[in-house]
Amino acid sequence: MRTNLKFRRVAAIGAGLTEFRRRTLETPQELAWEASRKALDEAGLELRDIDCVVIGSAPDAFDGVHMKGEYLSHGSGGIRKPTSRVYVGGATGVMTAISGWYHVASGLCKNVLAVAEEKMSPGRPHPQAVFRYIWDPITEKPLNPNLIWIFAMEMHRYMYVNKVSKEEIALVSVKNKRNAINNPYAQLGGQITVDDVLKSEVLVWPVQLLDVSPVSDGAAAMVFVEGDIARRYTDTPVWIEGVGWTLDNTSWPDRELAYPRYLENAARMAYTMAGIERPQKEIDVIEPYDPFDYKELHHIEGLLLAKRGEAPLLLKEGFFDVDGDIPSSPSGGLLGVGNPIAAAGLMKVISIYWQLKGTAGKMQVKRPVHTGLAQAWGDLMQASTVIIMRN
Amino acid sequence: MVGVDIVGVGWFGFSPNVHDHSFREMMFEAATRAFQDAGAMNPREQVDAFISCQEDFWEGISISDEFAPDPIGGSMRPTMTVAGDGIEGLAHGVMLIKTGIADVVVVESHAKPSDILTFNKIVELAMDPIYLRGRKVVNYHFIAALDAVKYMRRTGISREDLASVVIKNKGNGLKTSRAPFSSRLSKEDVMSQEVIVYPFTDVDIARPVDAGIVVILASDSFSRKFNDTPIAIKGIGYATDSSNFELAALGEANYMRVASSIAYDMANIESPLKVSGIFVDDRYSYKELEHLEALGINEVAEKLKEGYFHQGSYLPVNPFGGHLAKGYPLEAAGLSLVLDAVEYLREGAESAIVGSWRGIPTFTGGTVVLSR
Amino acid sequence: MVHSLKEGEIKQHPVVEYKPEAKYSYTAGQALSQFLLGLKKGKILGRKCPKCGRVYVPPRMYCEDCFYPTSKWVEVKDEGIVMTAVASFISWTRDRLEEPEIVGTIRLLPSSAKDYVYPGLFHRICCSFDDVKSMNIFGKRVKAKWKPENEREGSINDIECFEVI
Repeated sequence: MRTNLKFRRVAAIGAGLTEFRRRTLETPQELAWEASRKALDEAGLELRDIDCVVIGSAPDAFDGVHMKGEYLSHGSGGIRKPTSRVYVGGATGVMTAISGWYHVASGLCKNVLAVAEEKMSPGRPHPQAVFRYIWDPITEKPLNPNLIWIFAMEMHRYMYVNKVSKEEIALVSVKNKRNAINNPYAQLGGQITVDDVLKSEVLVWPVQLLDVSPVSDGAAAMVFVEGDIARRYTDTPVWIEGVGWTLDNTSWPDRELAYPRYLENAARMAYTMAGIERPQKEIDVIEPYDPFDYKELHHIEGLLLAKRGEAPLLLKEGFFDVDGDIPSSPSGGLLGVGNPIAAAGLMKVISIYWQLKGTAGKMQVKRPVHTGLAQAWGDLMQASTVIIMRN
Repeated sequence: MVGVDIVGVGWFGFSPNVHDHSFREMMFEAATRAFQDAGAMNPREQVDAFISCQEDFWEGISISDEFAPDPIGGSMRPTMTVAGDGIEGLAHGVMLIKTGIADVVVVESHAKPSDILTFNKIVELAMDPIYLRGRKVVNYHFIAALDAVKYMRRTGISREDLASVVIKNKGNGLKTSRAPFSSRLSKEDVMSQEVIVYPFTDVDIARPVDAGIVVILASDSFSRKFNDTPIAIKGIGYATDSSNFELAALGEANYMRVASSIAYDMANIESPLKVSGIFVDDRYSYKELEHLEALGINEVAEKLKEGYFHQGSYLPVNPFGGHLAKGYPLEAAGLSLVLDAVEYLREGAESAIVGSWRGIPTFTGGTVVLSR
Repeated sequence: MVHSLKEGEIKQHPVVEYKPEAKYSYTAGQALSQFLLGLKKGKILGRKCPKCGRVYVPPRMYCEDCFYPTSKWVEVKDEGIVMTAVASFISWTRDRLEEPEIVGTIRLLPSSAKDYVYPGLFHRICCSFDDVKSMNIFGKRVKAKWKPENEREGSINDIECFEVI
C-alpha cells in the first residue's frame, strides 16, 4: 500500500435503517427498499442520481436465495446500473461501506448507494442450522457443529489466556443493551444486570443466552459521494479517511485464538491511511463488532485501543460507556439492536456517521466527537474490516 | 489517472471433472501459474490485495470466502470476495488500483460444478422464491429459450444461423488445450440433433466445467517490472438489468448494452468494429449474436452469413472457441474469456473486447476493453 | 416501518415454503484424501513445508505463509495439548441436549507452546462439564481414542474423541 494516496475524497451524506426485528413480514427486497429510500431521502438524492450500487449480504442460505446479490438488486435500486455484491462473511457490512468508498475514490463512480440486508428468521428448523455448512465439509462438518461452538471456543480461550471472568464479560451485554434503549431501531434494548446474564440459559458453556445477539431481520443503506460535490447536498458531510481489511487463514484449529491478529493488521492499514499514530488518544467513538459480548473486548484489543487482556479493566472503569473516554457501541451494538449480519455491520458504520454528524439523537455521546471507527468481523474467526471517518 | 494492466494469467482444469484436486488445490495450481507468468512474482510480498469471485451455493459451503485466502497467497492480507462473475471482480480490482490503495491485485475465480449433484436445483434456487420458483419450471434452459425466441423473431435469425455459430466455435476450440467440448461438426450434424427446448439442441448449449483462473492486475507504472507485454485494461463496466425474467427486457441483453457503454466511455472507443477480436459469452449459441448486438454491432445476422466473425476475417468472434467449446466455469466464465483475449493479444493482435454474462437466471453482464 | 410477527402469527400470513435440494459430493483432493486414508489406519498425517518447516494438520498441498508447495508427508502424534474446550447444551438445530457435548481444539505434538500456528485438530474431548467449567482441561495432554479398526471408514469420526492421559 502506498502512503501518499491521491484518491478523490469521499463523503457519506445519507443513511437509512429499518427497525431490526425478528420475523418481519417484509421480503428481503422490501427491507432493502425501505433502508435505501431513507438513505436517499437523508442525502436529498433520487435514484436517478445514483450511478453505482454496492450490495452486502452474508450467507445466501439465510434468505434461501442463491445469487442473492442479483435478487437484492431490485429493492436496492440496482437495476440497469453497475451493481455488485461484496462478501466477507460476518465482516460484510463494513466491507460494503469500504467498497462504496473505493467505487467513488477510484473515480469510476460519483454517487454510490451501499445497501446491506439480511433476513435470518426464514430458515427452518432454526437459523442455527444454516451455520452447520460454514465449516470445512470434510474435516469439520461430520462432527455436527453449530455456530455457537466457534464463539464459545474463542471466548473460552480468551478467558483462559487473559484470566478474564464471565462477570467482566457480561458487563458488555449490560452496557450495550442499556445503550440500545435510546435507539429507535433496536430489537433488544433494556436494563439488565450481570446477574441476569449469568443466570440465563447456558447454550454452549461459556456462552449463555444473554451473551449472544438475537436472530434478526433488517436492512441498512448509505450514500457516498465524491468530495467535491458533497457540500452541494449537505453542510455536514462525514469523510471516509481510513479503510482496512484482512483475512486470516482458513485453518482456525491451527492457531492461537486469544488474540485477533488479523484485526490488528486491518486496523493498522486503516490507521496508516488516516494518519492515526496513537489510536487510543485520537479516536473519539467506536463501534466494534459485538455479536457476542466477549467479542467487543477482543476487538477493542485487536484495534490497539487497549493492551492485550486489559479491555475488561477499562470497561469496568467506565472507559467505554457513552459518557466515557471512548464510548463503544453507543448504538447498542448487535447485542442491543439485533444482528441481521451484513445489515448489522453497516448499521455500525451508520451509527458512527450519525455520531459525527451530530444527528444521533438520544444516542449522541456526551463528549464532542471528531474521529470515529466502525469494525466488523466474520468467517472462521478470520476476517476483519475497519473504517475510520471524520467530520 | 492511473492505468491498469494485466501482468499475469494462470489457469488449471477446464475438464468436465477434475476429480483428483479439491477446489482449493485447483486455486493454488492456477495461482502458481499466474505468478510465474508475472515474472515469478512473490504473492506474499508483492501483492497488495486479493479478490475471489464465488457464490456459496456453487461451492456447497456457506460463507465460502473462508476458503479464499490460503491457496492464492492471501492469508493475513487484504482479501475479499465479490459474489459475482470474474469480470465484476476485475472491476473491483481496477478500482482498488485507481484509488492508489493497491498497486498489484490478484483476481481469482474457480468452479467445481462436478461437485454439485443437483445442478438444476441450485439454478432454481437463484430464482425469486415467491413468484418464480413455484412455477416449477421443468428445465432452466426454458428461460434462455424464451429470450432466444424473442431475439430471433425480432432479428430474423434462424436456427441455421445458430448452427453456424456452434460450428464456428466448436471448431475454433480445437486450437487450444482448454476446450474439452470442441469438435469438427457439419451443418447437417447440428441441424439433425434432437431439440431439447426449442430452439436449442444439445450442441447449442454450453456445459459447466471445472476450472480455476487467476488474473494479476498492476498499475501501469509498475506493470513492466512483472511482464514485458502487459495488456492494458482500457475500459471496464458491468451492469444488472433485472434479476427476474418477468421484469427484464427479453431478447435484448440490455445488461451488456449498459455495461459496454460504460466500458467504451472509459476506453474512449467509438466503434467495436475497430478492435481486432471479440470474446463474448456463448453459453447458448444465440447468446453470442445477441451479445454482439448489445455490444453495438449492427446487422449481426448479415455479418454472420458473410463470414465476418470467422477466424481470419474482419472481426473474429471467439477465435478460441468460447464457452461452447470450453465449457463455462460458473463465476470464472468471464475470466475464461479474458484469458482467451489475453492470449490473443499476446499473439500479436492489437485490441479486444470481452463481453460476459452470469448465466441463467441472471440478467447481469460485464464488458472489458483490452489493448496491447 | 417493518412489521414483526410473533411465532404464532406466521400462520395467518401466506408463506411460501421451499426446501432446497442442494446436494454435493466434495472432492477431498490430494491432501485430504491421504489424511482420511491415514485416519483409517490410525495415523494422523500432515504435510511439511520445506521452506519454513511448518507442519499442516489437516494437511494442505501448499504453505500459506511461503506460498510454496508442501513437499513431504509426516506423521504427527495422536497426542496433543487442549487449547480450548466448550460444553454444548444445544444441538445444531438448537434443540436442548440432556448431556452436554464437549468439543475443543487440540495442538498436536510435536509442537511448542510458543507456536502461534501449529498442527491442530478440532474434535470432541472426553471429559466432564466440570473439567470445562473449571478450565482444568486447558493445557492437559490428551490422546486420540480411536474406533476399532474394522469400524473405521476414513472419516474424521474414526477418532471417537480425545481423552486425558
